[in-house]
Amino acid sequence: MNNSPLRLTGLTKRYGGQTVVDAIDLTIAAGQCHGLLGPNGAGKTTTLRLALGLIEADAGQVELLGHIMPAESGLARARVGVVPQVDSLDPDFTVRENLLTYGRYFGLSRAKVEDRVPDLLDFAGLTGKGDASVTSLSGGMKRRLTLARALVNDPDLVILDEPTTGLDPQARHLVWQGLRRLIGKGKTLLLTTHFMDEAERLCDRISIIDRGRIIVEGSPRDLIRAHIEPQVVEVYGDTLADWRVCALDLCQRCESAGETLFCYTADPEPVIAELDKQPTLRYLHRPANLEDVFLKLTGRDLRD
Amino acid sequence: MGEEIGVRKTNQRGASPSPRTPHALLSFFPVWQRNFLVWKKLAAPSILGNLADPLLYMLGLGYGLGQFLGKVEGVPYLHFLAAGSLAYSVMNSATFETLYSAFSRMHVQKTWDAILNTPLSLTDVLMGEWLWAASKSLLSGLAILAVIWTLGLYADFALTLWLLPVIVLTGLCFAGLGLMVNSVAPNYDFFMYYFSLAITPMVLLSGVFYPTNALPDWLAGLAAVLPLTHAIELARPLILGQSPTLPLLHVAVLLAYGVAGFTAGLTLTRRRLLH
Repeated sequence: MNNSPLRLTGLTKRYGGQTVVDAIDLTIAAGQCHGLLGPNGAGKTTTLRLALGLIEADAGQVELLGHIMPAESGLARARVGVVPQVDSLDPDFTVRENLLTYGRYFGLSRAKVEDRVPDLLDFAGLTGKGDASVTSLSGGMKRRLTLARALVNDPDLVILDEPTTGLDPQARHLVWQGLRRLIGKGKTLLLTTHFMDEAERLCDRISIIDRGRIIVEGSPRDLIRAHIEPQVVEVYGDTLADWRVCALDLCQRCESAGETLFCYTADPEPVIAELDKQPTLRYLHRPANLEDVFLKLTGRDLRD
Repeated sequence: MGEEIGVRKTNQRGASPSPRTPHALLSFFPVWQRNFLVWKKLAAPSILGNLADPLLYMLGLGYGLGQFLGKVEGVPYLHFLAAGSLAYSVMNSATFETLYSAFSRMHVQKTWDAILNTPLSLTDVLMGEWLWAASKSLLSGLAILAVIWTLGLYADFALTLWLLPVIVLTGLCFAGLGLMVNSVAPNYDFFMYYFSLAITPMVLLSGVFYPTNALPDWLAGLAAVLPLTHAIELARPLILGQSPTLPLLHVAVLLAYGVAGFTAGLTLTRRRLLH
């Protein structure tokens, strides 16, 4: 892939004695949505900051839109849009003024941005809100405005750091819809998330990152197929401890997390038949998903 | 979200925005402009707030205390106080802007982070902030100067025009120092230290209210290294119709403080935000 929008080679970043990003190799394909998944503190945000040339790597190389970073940061970032994790809209400005002001940082004239404002507002579902003050917007609207702001320079690559964290389900769906439309238009997206459903819905390819390393990479479907049994039965109830031993004979793999037992298997019938005889246990049968892969690979311990 | 997409119109080849030239001479300007546009929305209370304090000091002390003092250094106290009030006002304005306002933008609103995701660099951001704070303090200085002109508190009008570059220089000096303090501030409360340990002593020692030669030698020695002293050493003679003694020295000291403050501020902010 010669024209990959982002290529990381042996990228390493240390803070004190700790290696936060540990020799990461990553190549993003143009026109795809690539997801970086990982628990808190896995190195996702640091990787993005390295990619943008905001911090300098201790080793390795970043090539962003054909520019070596951080030496050519200005040129590269002129063609990138960024949706940061934390809201950074200008609270003193209206919606429109936020877009105009941000456009100026890219050297875009007022007239040029004014031309784009109606489309950007429409894209963000904020038509008619151009003169509204930012402080009057809901959390979902602010996120969508941040997304529209990231498009003000018509970027080739959009980098999103946890774009839907803190949003309610309706707002998340609106953001997803917008992102899918960007992918449809041939934009390349790189997003971090710890919502597995988000990654499964949006991403063509996923890299799971843990303790600064990429531990697996592939399409969501391939990752599920390669790393996990296809069916899951989740079991909970008071007598779970007694039944646990029995479960081990009926499925390929069992995992305990909190008060739930996860039974992974290719053939769930024997487990379900057995569970139907247990009135004190409740269960949920579902196909395996990306979250199962993620938890299997990164463990179930809390990370903070 | 709506049916049409924002990128449609400019997506054709050749129609997309051309990348800006990095490190252009005026690349900081959008940062200055952003602050200016926000200020414009709240200009009236901002000007009033900046002006009230130094003006009250000048007129209140000048007329009130002036009654008892008679002449100070051969001129009415109000005339003597005019230069100090001018320098004090400029210092205050540049300091507040680079402490509280810049801290809001850096730490609370994350405005600087948002800008750093664009082609602009941290140098652009701080340069824009530096010049913005100096611009705002120029405005405060002009307001006091207008009062000085109106009340006729000067000897030679032509000489008072030299106050304009002095105001700009004083603004840059204290804006640079303010950016340095901002770069190490963990929260707003931290700024109280700077006011208590630097600004207030400076106001009392640098000759705002009385000539520095009234101080005991050791305090006069301390006053001699404070930047506000040098701003007043330039401003006072210009108001009283004399040319300043050792003008280049005073200019150099103010420049040195300003540039050193800005450079330290830039280095420390880089360590803070881009590490």
